[in-house]
Amino acid sequence: MIEEIVRVVVVILIIVGAFLNLVSAVGVLRLPDVYTRNHAASKAATLGIVSILLATFLYYYVEVGHFNARLILAMVFLFITSPVAGHLINRAAYNSGVKLWDKSVQDDLKKEMQQNSKPKRMKLSK
Amino acid sequence: MAFQISLNFFLAFTWMFLKNSYDPITFFYGFLTGLIIIFVFRRFFSARFYLKPVFAIIHLLLVFIKEVILSNVAILKIVLKPKFDMKPGIFALPIEVTKEWEILVLSSMITLTPGTLVIKVSDDNKILYIHAMDIPDVEESINDIKNSFERLIKEVSR
Repeated sequence: MIEEIVRVVVVILIIVGAFLNLVSAVGVLRLPDVYTRNHAASKAATLGIVSILLATFLYYYVEVGHFNARLILAMVFLFITSPVAGHLINRAAYNSGVKLWDKSVQDDLKKEMQQNSKPKRMKLSK
Repeated sequence: MAFQISLNFFLAFTWMFLKNSYDPITFFYGFLTGLIIIFVFRRFFSARFYLKPVFAIIHLLLVFIKEVILSNVAILKIVLKPKFDMKPGIFALPIEVTKEWEILVLSSMITLTPGTLVIKVSDDNKILYIHAMDIPDVEESINDIKNSFERLIKEVSR
């Protein structure tokens, strides 16, 4: 009985994970600029991969009786590293001057960057 | 907190030596007994009774998982919408947490929550610059989420 339920859960998890990865790929293709693409890539892909890993773990645990702790470790590592990777790509893009989408409404960071860059230039000229 | 946990392990080992049986079950009973002893003597420690931060961490994890799922639903809606009518932008969020690991946890959580991505932590660690998918729609509710995350993180480290 429980094995049947777990099988259904495994199938659902794999389908959901593959669908999320597909959506994140479509998002990377469709969305207008680096930052919005990064939204799709860093969120949907993470949960997609994690749910596929979870399904693999459940499958091997229930069908084969093999407790594979590496899969759990991989999930934890993904959750820790993928937001940092997204943040770094965003930051590098912003620092190298990639423009926001032209329909963007607000840019607080611009002011800060300008304020910070002025005293540096004065120092250089001295 | 680390001191109380190691004290609890020490008490559990003492229990095993008293019982003269070295199996996991005896260790578990010893750990429970040590937990009760530490709870009784909790006012002699400078930190809180250590189960409270442990429960706070578990609460944080559960909220985190919930937010990750919600964020994926939000991304799904945006990507599969036939026409883009969102208004992305960057806004500044002043934060109150000060330790570096707290800022790391907070910004990771913000990155994995609906419609927000951290772009920059300001040099004095007081402001997060966040790219939001949909500024007018999200900003208010986002601030609520941030407040709840910040509150939970403070609850862990208090």
